[in-house]
Amino acid sequence: MGCLALAAAAPPLGLFLMLRRMSLTADVLAHGILPGVAAGFLLAGLSLPVMAAGGLVAGLAVAVGAGALSRATGGREDASLAALYLVALATGVALVSWRGSAVELTTLLFGSVLGVDDAALLLMAGSSTVTLVALAFAWRPLVLECFDPGFAQAVGARGAWWHAGFLALVVLNLIAAFQALGTLMAVGLMMLPAIAARHWARQVGGMTYAAVAIAAASAYGGLLFSFHADVPSGPAVVLAAGFAWLLSVLCGPVDGLLPRLLRRPHLAG
Amino acid sequence: MNPAEIRLTDLTLTHARRPAVHHVSGRFAPGSLTAVVGPNGAGKSTLLRALAGLHRPETGRIEGAAGQIALLPQAAAVDRAFPIACLDVVLFGLWGETGAFRAIGRAGRERARAALAAVGLAGFEARPAGSLSAGQFQRLLFARLLLQDAPVILLDEPFNALDARTAADLLAMVHRWHGEGRTVVAVLHDLDLVRREFPLSLLLARDCLGWGPTAEVLTAANRLRARMMAEAWAAEPEPCERRDAA
Repeated sequence: MGCLALAAAAPPLGLFLMLRRMSLTADVLAHGILPGVAAGFLLAGLSLPVMAAGGLVAGLAVAVGAGALSRATGGREDASLAALYLVALATGVALVSWRGSAVELTTLLFGSVLGVDDAALLLMAGSSTVTLVALAFAWRPLVLECFDPGFAQAVGARGAWWHAGFLALVVLNLIAAFQALGTLMAVGLMMLPAIAARHWARQVGGMTYAAVAIAAASAYGGLLFSFHADVPSGPAVVLAAGFAWLLSVLCGPVDGLLPRLLRRPHLAG
Repeated sequence: MNPAEIRLTDLTLTHARRPAVHHVSGRFAPGSLTAVVGPNGAGKSTLLRALAGLHRPETGRIEGAAGQIALLPQAAAVDRAFPIACLDVVLFGLWGETGAFRAIGRAGRERARAALAAVGLAGFEARPAGSLSAGQFQRLLFARLLLQDAPVILLDEPFNALDARTAADLLAMVHRWHGEGRTVVAVLHDLDLVRREFPLSLLLARDCLGWGPTAEVLTAANRLRARMMAEAWAAEPEPCERRDAA
C-alpha cells in the first residue's frame, strides 16, 4: 500500500531530476537525510516522527548547501556533490553505530517492511498526495525551466523558486520512503523507473505514466520477493526496478537495443 | 502595435567589471528596424540582454523597454534533448498571458497552430522538438515569438547556420513584424544582408562607433576602426578608465 503511494509520487520527480541531469543530486539528497535520521535515532530511538523531522531538516540543509556549493565552486557541481554525499553517509553511519546495533543500522540503511506502522503509512500517503497536487500545479513552470531556462528567466517565470520547491518535494518523498526502503535505497524507486521510462515514451507526459507504472510494478514485485526470499525490502524493490530498467534498455521501443538490432535498413522490405 | 521609444543614456554594461558595452547613448525609435553589428566580444548580445532586463547596467539607464520585449537568444541555452512536443514549445509563448497556472484554452491552441503554419512547420504539432533540424528548430522559436506578440522584438544572430531558404523565410517574418509597427533589433554578422534589408544600424565595438542610417554607419573607415579596437582588446583587456579621467 505505502509503496504504491510512493510509486505514484516519486517517479515523476525522478523524471525531472533526470531531465535536468541531476540524477546525482537525488543520490546526494538521499544520503544527506541519513545524518538527520541518525540524529533523530540517537535522541529518541526508532521513533518515526523524530527521525523524519531530523531527516527533513538535514535533507533541506543539504539541498540548500549543494546549491550554494555549486555556485561557490563555479559549476563543478558533480565533484562537490560526490564529496558531500560521502561525508553525509559516513556521518550517518558513524552516528548510528555509536549507539545502535548492527540490526538497527541495517534497518535504517536498507529498510524493513515490518517497520512500517500506521504512522509511516500515513506519512507515505500524505507526502504522495502533497507531491502529486504540487506537481500538477507546478508542471508548466518546471517543464519550461528544464527545457529553456533562459526563456523562463526572460518571461519572469521565477525558475529558481520553482526549482527550490521541487527539491523540497524530493526531500519529502525520500523521507516518506526511508522507513520502507531505507535511506540508501529510497532514491532507487525515484530514479530507476524514471530512467527506464525514457525507453517507453518520447514526451514528458507519456514518460510520467510509464515511470509510475514501472515503479508500481517494481514495488509490488520487490515486496513479494522480499517477503518470500527474506531479503530487506529496500534492495528487493530496487532490484525489481533495476530489472525493469534492464528490460527497458533491451526491449523499449524508444532507443532500445533489440528494436535497434531488428530494424531493417530503410530501403528493405 | 504601439511600442514605446527605448532610450539608452550613457549605458555601460560589464562582465566582472570589464566593460562589454561602454558609455553608449542613443534611441531606438518606435517601429524602427535596426541591425546591431560589430566584432565578436563587442557587447552586442550583452546589450540585447540588458534591453530585455536580464543584465543590470553598471552605470547609465535604459528607459522605455520594461515589459514589452520578446528576446530570441542565441540557440545555445535550450536543452534540445528535452522530450517535448513542438506545439507545447510554441505554447510557452503565451506565458505572458497565462503565467504558470491559467488555462490555455482552445483559442490559444489555435493561435499556436497558426503560428507553426506561419513559419512553415504545419503538421509538426506532435513531433518531438529534439527531432527537428537546426533550421526547423529556429523556425519553431520564431513561432514562439509570434505567439508572444510583443511590441519590441530582439533577435540575437537569428540567421546563423541556416540555409538560404530558411533565412529568407525568417527574414520575411522580420519584415512582417516591422510592417506591423513593432520595434525590431537584430544582432547580425552578414553585412551584405544588413545593407540590403536593414534601414538602421548600430556599429558596436564596446563603444558605439556609429548609429543611424546603415549606409552612413557601415563605412569602410568605421569598420576598420571597429576591427582595430577588437584587436586592441585581445592584446590587453583593461578595466574602464574613462570614469577616472572624467
